[in-house]
Amino acid sequence: MSILAYIESKNKKPKKNSFEVVSYAKELSKKLSTELIVLTINIDNHSNLEKYGPNKIISVNDIALNNFDAKTYADVVSQVATKFSISHIVLGGGVDSKYMAPMLSVKLDAGYLSNVVELPSNVEPFTVKRTSFSNKSFCDASILSDNKIISLASNSFSTIENPSNPEIIDFQVKASNSNIKQNSIDLVQGKVTIADADVVVSAGRGLKGPENWSIIEDLAETLGAATACSKPVSDLGWRPHSEHVGQTGKPVSTNLYIAIGISGAIQHLAGVSSSKVKVVINSDPEAPFFKAADYGVVGDAFEVVPELNEKIKAFKAENN
Amino acid sequence: MMNILVCISCVPDTTSKINFTENDTEFDTNGVQFVINPNDEFGLTRAMWFKEQNDANVDVINVGEQENESVLRKALAIGADRAFRINKKASDSFQVAKLIANHIEGAQYDLIIAGRESIDYNGSMVPGMISELLNINFITNCVKLEINGQTVVADREIEGGIETLSCKLPIIIGGQKGLVEESDLKIPNMRGIMQSRQKPLEVVEPPEIQTKTTTNKFYKPEEKNEIKMVDSNDLDTLIDLLHNEAKVI
Ligand SMILES: Cc1cc2nc3c(=O)[nH]c(=O)nc-3n(C[C@H](O)[C@H](O)[C@H](O)COP(=O)(O)OP(=O)(O)OC[C@H]3O[C@@H](n4cnc5c(N)ncnc54)[C@H](O)[C@@H]3O)c2cc1C
Ligand SMILES: Nc1ncnc2c1ncn2[C@@H]1O[C@H](COP(=O)(O)O)[C@@H](O)[C@H]1O
Repeated sequence: MSILAYIESKNKKPKKNSFEVVSYAKELSKKLSTELIVLTINIDNHSNLEKYGPNKIISVNDIALNNFDAKTYADVVSQVATKFSISHIVLGGGVDSKYMAPMLSVKLDAGYLSNVVELPSNVEPFTVKRTSFSNKSFCDASILSDNKIISLASNSFSTIENPSNPEIIDFQVKASNSNIKQNSIDLVQGKVTIADADVVVSAGRGLKGPENWSIIEDLAETLGAATACSKPVSDLGWRPHSEHVGQTGKPVSTNLYIAIGISGAIQHLAGVSSSKVKVVINSDPEAPFFKAADYGVVGDAFEVVPELNEKIKAFKAENN
Repeated sequence: MMNILVCISCVPDTTSKINFTENDTEFDTNGVQFVINPNDEFGLTRAMWFKEQNDANVDVINVGEQENESVLRKALAIGADRAFRINKKASDSFQVAKLIANHIEGAQYDLIIAGRESIDYNGSMVPGMISELLNINFITNCVKLEINGQTVVADREIEGGIETLSCKLPIIIGGQKGLVEESDLKIPNMRGIMQSRQKPLEVVEPPEIQTKTTTNKFYKPEEKNEIKMVDSNDLDTLIDLLHNEAKVI
């Protein structure tokens, strides 16, 4: 009975949320008085993972695993889980992990809960808090089976340093051939993604048209932020679908969410409510978003946003 | 002729206020309207397009109790040919996946369309579990789907971009907006509604399935603190608050 934390990699390095995943898994292993094993696939340097307390790191390196394929990866994780007598698997909330997890749960005959936001409140039965109704509520849910898998909601758990000196085990796997072929991959270069961002600058129909988005992009650049938008903005084709956030788009749980010219409809709020700090800029003092935000500015986005951008630039120049 | 199954989760309309009853152990359905899960609605319209292009049979399935039948009738009114309701309150994703997988095994579907996630339980679990139970190909976060003969080409949304994948039928997908656009969504017309009353809606009594998870108690998010308003002529104060109080910049 051990805990396995699987972390995603990008360019042979752990993804940003990995440290959160390992920290959570470490706290879980303490609670269950068992060891923590971290599984990495094609990661060449583990040193920054060691800060968060793994007892062992299982390092799988195989060129057959260079592209993520959910079925093949589920197969690898399940081989490791079986070999090392794993009882609990902890995953992050990235799209690849969430793609793989349900397949893995069937393979291992494990109960699976996604979007977990806290450490278990109870170990027997194993009970965790997770989001439900697209962040309009939370629920306590239990896993009844012996094997258990959870995936964490992003940004819900902070990193905790716990330096260790793990044993590194090079592990050979049999990578199965996938029936699904990757034809091509098209990545937007040089942009922060909503999933990775600490700050998201989001704009709505109040911006009037796609030609006005430069003020949003400028502010996002100054803040190192990802850009996002409300649903009608993507429906109208002003911005790509990948930027649509809300109940029927992407969830956003960042440290800072700046909503510009967005009225704050219930479907929009549902998807962004778990962000820690929300700032609203809107010309209408009655806009519902003001009821759900931490800081508000009533004003015309076309005046406020460029001015705010200049002031933040100046502030950053002074404070760095 | 292609045989398609669309998995339909019945969820509270997105404008619903979320409340709970029975000591916060049950969702309060009072005054709530149930609709086709938005991700499934995109999938259903995509299925209709296959039908228009190449002729196809389109079945819809829901695991749930009788009150879901009006939502299934709506799917029939949009143009699905047959509906199946597996008569079981959906309480665990594995159970739902297993019951749908049982149905699929008894039929011969080329294409199974589910949603990326349901907006009530937000599991992102059911289609992936079905794929593993039946050992069929699975592509989720699917924003584009083309089928030519036996060959599937699908776009999957990934962090920071799009990946184009291909494989052979049969396949199950987890769909979302992009499969079709919002403005393409089919709405039932009068004729569709009339016809839907004659279409078969079969209720299937399921076997007992061992559940792997339970949901015990719901909570509403904590009330927010009062908002702090900043004058638009005093943005320095906003920066100060974000830096010193909120510590986010
Ligand atoms: C099934 C369903 C699912 C949905 N899912 C989502 C979802 O996931 N995400 C989502 O976002 N929406 C969703 N919606 C849509 C939602 O109901 C709202 O229609 C939408 O969020 C409104 O977008 P908006 O705030 O950009 O536009 P509007 O509501 O038109 O608001 C524009 C705002 O801009 C302000 N404004 C105008 N001019 C200026 C200016 N010069 N400066 C500053 N402010 C200005 C206005 O005061 C107003 O508040 C969904 C709807 C349905 C029916
Ligand atoms: N009770 C259900 N009946 C039929 N299909 C379902 C049910 N629950 C979930 N699904 C399908 O599985 C998808 C993902 O749901 P979930 O795993 O709950 O996020 C949904 O979009 C539906 O297509």
